[in-house]
Amino acid sequence: MSTIRGRLLVILALVIASVISLVPRHVTQRVPDAVTGRMKDTTVRRVPINLGLDLRGGVHLALEVDQSKGPVPDCADAIQRAERVVRTRVDEFGTTEPVVQIVGRCRLIVELPGEKDVNRAKGIVQRTAFLEFRITDMRNVFRDVIPSMDVALRAAGVRGPAAGPSNAVARLLGQDTTKAAAGADTSNTRGEGPLTSLLFQGSVAGEYLVPEEQWQKADSLINRAEVKRLIPRGVELFWGAQVESRGARSYRALYAVEDRPIITGDCLTKAQPRRDPLTNQSVVGFNLTHRCGRIFGDATARHVGDFMAIILDGRVQGQPPVIKSQIRNEGIIELGSRPFADAQDLALVLRAGALPAPLTIVDETTIGASLGVDSINAGIKAGVVGIILVVLIMVVYYRVSGMLAVGALALYVLFTLAGLAAFGFTLTLPGLAGFVLSVGIAVDANVLIFERIREELQHGKLVRTAVDEGFRHAMSAIIDSNVSTALTAFILYLVGTGPVQGFAITLIIGIAASMVTAVYVVRTFYMIWLQRRPDLVTLSV
Amino acid sequence: MIRLFANANYDFIKWRRWAYALTAVMIVPGLVLLLSTRLNYSIEFTGGTLIQIATPKAGHVGTAELRAALDAGGLHGAEIQEYGADTTFVIRARLGAEAATAEGGTQETLQAVTRALDAGLGAGHYQVGRYEAVGPKVGKELQGKAFLAIFFSFIVTLIYLAVRFEWRFGLAAVLATLHDILATIAFIRYTNLEVSLEVVGAVLLMIGYSLNDTIIIFDRVRENLRKYRRQNLYEILNLSINETLPRSILTHGTTMAATLSLVFIGGEVIRPFALVMTFAIFTGTFSSIYIAAPVLMLIEKRWPGQDARGARAFTGRAPEPAAPMLPRTLAKV
Repeated sequence: MSTIRGRLLVILALVIASVISLVPRHVTQRVPDAVTGRMKDTTVRRVPINLGLDLRGGVHLALEVDQSKGPVPDCADAIQRAERVVRTRVDEFGTTEPVVQIVGRCRLIVELPGEKDVNRAKGIVQRTAFLEFRITDMRNVFRDVIPSMDVALRAAGVRGPAAGPSNAVARLLGQDTTKAAAGADTSNTRGEGPLTSLLFQGSVAGEYLVPEEQWQKADSLINRAEVKRLIPRGVELFWGAQVESRGARSYRALYAVEDRPIITGDCLTKAQPRRDPLTNQSVVGFNLTHRCGRIFGDATARHVGDFMAIILDGRVQGQPPVIKSQIRNEGIIELGSRPFADAQDLALVLRAGALPAPLTIVDETTIGASLGVDSINAGIKAGVVGIILVVLIMVVYYRVSGMLAVGALALYVLFTLAGLAAFGFTLTLPGLAGFVLSVGIAVDANVLIFERIREELQHGKLVRTAVDEGFRHAMSAIIDSNVSTALTAFILYLVGTGPVQGFAITLIIGIAASMVTAVYVVRTFYMIWLQRRPDLVTLSV
Repeated sequence: MIRLFANANYDFIKWRRWAYALTAVMIVPGLVLLLSTRLNYSIEFTGGTLIQIATPKAGHVGTAELRAALDAGGLHGAEIQEYGADTTFVIRARLGAEAATAEGGTQETLQAVTRALDAGLGAGHYQVGRYEAVGPKVGKELQGKAFLAIFFSFIVTLIYLAVRFEWRFGLAAVLATLHDILATIAFIRYTNLEVSLEVVGAVLLMIGYSLNDTIIIFDRVRENLRKYRRQNLYEILNLSINETLPRSILTHGTTMAATLSLVFIGGEVIRPFALVMTFAIFTGTFSSIYIAAPVLMLIEKRWPGQDARGARAFTGRAPEPAAPMLPRTLAKV
């Protein structure tokens, strides 16, 4: 009597706990504000079961430290620092409940549920966002070595172009704004040097313009060993980010700048996208920390009248502006005519800070939201049909005992879902399949028990003894078989990734729940039944 | 009251040679086929690009039109496949030798496919349902992990069964499971199912399921060995299989109901998984009876354990006189 009451209390407590963990609750989500576009917190009411990307659509990216340009010694450390930066960026990005997670040693997983614009997502996540401010080569030390670079290139067998009409036109165009680059005398005597012929002096000290169609050639020339060797100490070369047009032609700018940045992106405290009221162009305004503000102030005071290049991820942004007076702790980065969304994204990545190393995408999956809905619907339909079939088989075959098992099965479904919610596991499509399958397996324990009871009855045992014996003898088989399945599922969880893990989790929770319901709950049902009908001589099993 | 196979008394073990032959006919050609052609691995394993698109019902677009669009875009040899409905297609552009050098190859392939489709079908005229781009490195890792998972699950099972039963039972169970894995691989080969992560998951789950089934029978063997001191192993194995037969039918029936509902209405993505599971139930049941039990007998014959009563005496024929019938009384129902 008291044992029955105790058992019922335990079951009741489990049911209440499960219902509580499944009741729709307020969940905090970050969503973009409709007016300002900034992220804000909001609460929604929903059932707290997380759906995987394959069920609700979205973008999945796996990233690793880019080692294509030389090995990174400690990728685990780099990925950990990258994880913090990416998390900050993604939190502001505009998807609800993003996942940023390190798997293995050196891999970062980013999941953006519901995100449709893959390219923007990749841009935000992958952008290094390393910002530097450097003074341009005011003393023209780079220009002075160009002739010796030409000589070195010729010695290495690189020929300059024969002077032709098209080249002469380019040259004229270059000359009508600025003075031609060095080497006018060499062109008279020996034809143009291979590098000289590509570079035209720009309007800013240290700026050289290269015709757009030839910039790749120029890039390969300045990256040759014999040229690199000749680049003077204290100078580095960077390409401009944008294509510039002068007259009818497009040019790309090459900048010679000091090798030491005044400050870098670490110094930024704020970064906001703005529209320049005068030119209506997109800009990003920034503020500097107190300490950096002092360094920046000192440096700009020394360099009044000089040009300062703003370099983002190794590309000079816009034309370097002239420093008109000392700048303390505020400034802007001009983006020219690029859309305002670009300024928003740049401000976002600057606020989050730079990545310690460039990241490369090794695995990418995008699932449309509609596909996810289709999957859920099909999965649920299959689940319902599967459960109905199982219920039919059990009730037809085991009659009243079968109904007890079906009652336990209902609790099983409840417990499993509650387990998924309580531990915050994500339900994926394979997980859904695993769940449907586990319903079939869940009744196995009951089948074992019922068959055993039938056998005991057959051997002439009394109903009460048969039930007791049936449960007792079936236990070892139930435990051994379930434990070995759970062990397999556990290994699946340890070794597997993403969807397979979700599947393994569902299976493990299902096994645990089925042990409770099939054995404990059904046993309690039997106890109540037998207590109500002590005179029972036949058992409906 | 319905009773299926109650009090059955089939001599299962007698048919073991036939069972060996049957399973060899099933497995060996499949494995031979594997030598000449690889399994149809999904891009998760091989690396490459997959795009699933939905085309409008009006103005029917077939594989021919898609092929033309891709060829025009310079993507030759892409694999195009109808997926469920005739308006849904899956396009696979696997990494060629030239693109396999860089991780970035997949990204480029993806863009090339989108460009080709935009040009061929018009940008707004199709919807991308999903796309995947997997670098070759990730694929290699996954292959390794799948084998690792199978290997470790074997080890853990061996240890667990060695503790709960004894090592002879564990070895027989693992060998039966190994048979199931081979049979399933052969099945995948015959049906040319795409081996995705989910399918590997199904194979791993099958390991659990097949073990589960074997253990139920072995549990009964363990019990009967204690109960019937006079019987020899041959009889006890047969008896145990027969006694657990109703349970096997019922459990496999219910599980099959679940997997078949997944096969028919669970949707396209889950179908390969469900098909493999359905087959796994067949082979798991088969191997528990016809592989695990006879193999246990062979093992006991070679390395007799405490309980291997008279296993040595049998070479395949049922003992004479036939196994005595066990006491049977009809249930009072």
